Amino acid sequence: MRDVAIVSVAQTDHKRAARETNEVEMVQPIIQRALEGAGATISDIGFTCSGSSDYLAGQAFSFVMTLDAVGAWPPISESHVEMDGAWALYEAWLKIQAGHADTALVYGYSKASPGDLPMVLTRQLDPYYSGPLWPDAVAMAGLQARSMLDSGRITAEEMAETAHRNRQNALNNPHAQLKGSPSVDALLAEDYLSNPLRKHDCPPISDGGCAIVLAAGDKAREWAERPAWLKGIDHRVDSHNFGARDIAEAPSIAIAAEKAGASGGFDIAEVHAPFSHQEKIVTEALGLSGDVKVNPSGGALAANPVMGAGLIRLGEVANRIMAGEADRGVAHATSGQLMQQNLVAVLEGDR
Amino acid sequence: MPTDVWSQPQPSVPARAEGTEEVQRIRTHAKIVYDYTPGIAPTIFLRGLAEKKILGARYEGSDDVYVPSRGMDPVLGKATDETVEVGPKATITSFCVVHIGFGENAPPTPFVSALILPDGAAVSLYGTILGIPHDKVRIGMRVEPVWLPDDQLTTSFENITHWEPIDEPDVPAEQLKGHM
Repeated sequence: MRDVAIVSVAQTDHKRAARETNEVEMVQPIIQRALEGAGATISDIGFTCSGSSDYLAGQAFSFVMTLDAVGAWPPISESHVEMDGAWALYEAWLKIQAGHADTALVYGYSKASPGDLPMVLTRQLDPYYSGPLWPDAVAMAGLQARSMLDSGRITAEEMAETAHRNRQNALNNPHAQLKGSPSVDALLAEDYLSNPLRKHDCPPISDGGCAIVLAAGDKAREWAERPAWLKGIDHRVDSHNFGARDIAEAPSIAIAAEKAGASGGFDIAEVHAPFSHQEKIVTEALGLSGDVKVNPSGGALAANPVMGAGLIRLGEVANRIMAGEADRGVAHATSGQLMQQNLVAVLEGDR
Repeated sequence: MPTDVWSQPQPSVPARAEGTEEVQRIRTHAKIVYDYTPGIAPTIFLRGLAEKKILGARYEGSDDVYVPSRGMDPVLGKATDETVEVGPKATITSFCVVHIGFGENAPPTPFVSALILPDGAAVSLYGTILGIPHDKVRIGMRVEPVWLPDDQLTTSFENITHWEPIDEPDVPAEQLKGHM
């Protein structure tokens, strides 16, 4: 295996609606900053991969237009996933492992604001049984939370505490969209948005994205003072048939974690749990001990640009390792409804 | 070539229960409404059209003016912050003869749909060529836009109803290299 590291990270200041800019105008500044952070230009990059969705943009082949932000001439080696950018990073990591590239630019983004996001996300469902019912994403997450509550796997208090802690953490995150939270008691006094979910249990709808530069070996040491080495990375998928799995769990997380070598001690964990109850599904599947700092960025409850929020988790862990604030961290990304697809990565800095 | 490559294989389906009907297709309602915003650079282009101006844009210091700009110089990956008016005179860089028209405003067939390079621009726009028999249209031919009446102008590319030839010598194909 080749040593591959995250050497540069940039993300947008996430907001409810980036109305003035189109996708390419929104994404270009972070691509530029990520490259500059590595001291690189696009001609130094061996492979480019993005994660986004035409359904969010409301435009066919929208990712091709966004390539205008990269500077794709002379022709570059490029690919795209219709998934969170964390999976684009996985593809780039594979490309580097295969020896087809030594460096990569990865980005994931969306402008969810032009559409009705909870309804747009129903298009991720199978087109025969679930999709035609148009179950919005909040209602779907509500089923999952209800299943956890009724089986005694979580309490409404725990959910509110998770929301509170994440958004308080976000006070220190300049990119976050929702910063700060009323007290847990105040949250629990609120009405339901979609029983058993209250507003605080749900992620904000966000426009934004993240760009990351990867490099192998000596190039990584050249481009970053302290590269965040990807010690392990793996992704797994659970059945898309909700009736065929216990939706209160996501077994694919534990499998991905095992394959990625995500055991032992961590200084930091960034988990991609858009709904408050989902954080517990992830932290339990990862077997995180109580002293691990979970989501110091505020996580997806503070900013949730679809197709970018998972990649941001890797970026947040990498940033802290590169800054010397942490030595070892685990990042988790999810894609699809009810945490159907899960990716786990272990990052370490040289000591 | 094997003969079965181009034909649809018969699906394999389990025997169906007695007294039930085979479901061969389902129809499901699907509609998503988007509130689309064009972005900063396309907004400048569209507002220009309302004043019968063709506004392109370039990265500061670059020779290449993109029209319409989506905000980036796609070769450099840099923002096109400088607005530059191009045209209205233009050159046909490529065309095709359309025999099957569609859309409410499609002209009678056959007609010519062309790529049109406004003077000063690096890339071509799409447009319809009228005012000349379709078999007389040539690459390099000089044209200019025909606009809707002033009181019907909106922030739409449809403000240009079509393009018509002008009495100027053709541009040699050599000079159109890199713009076709």
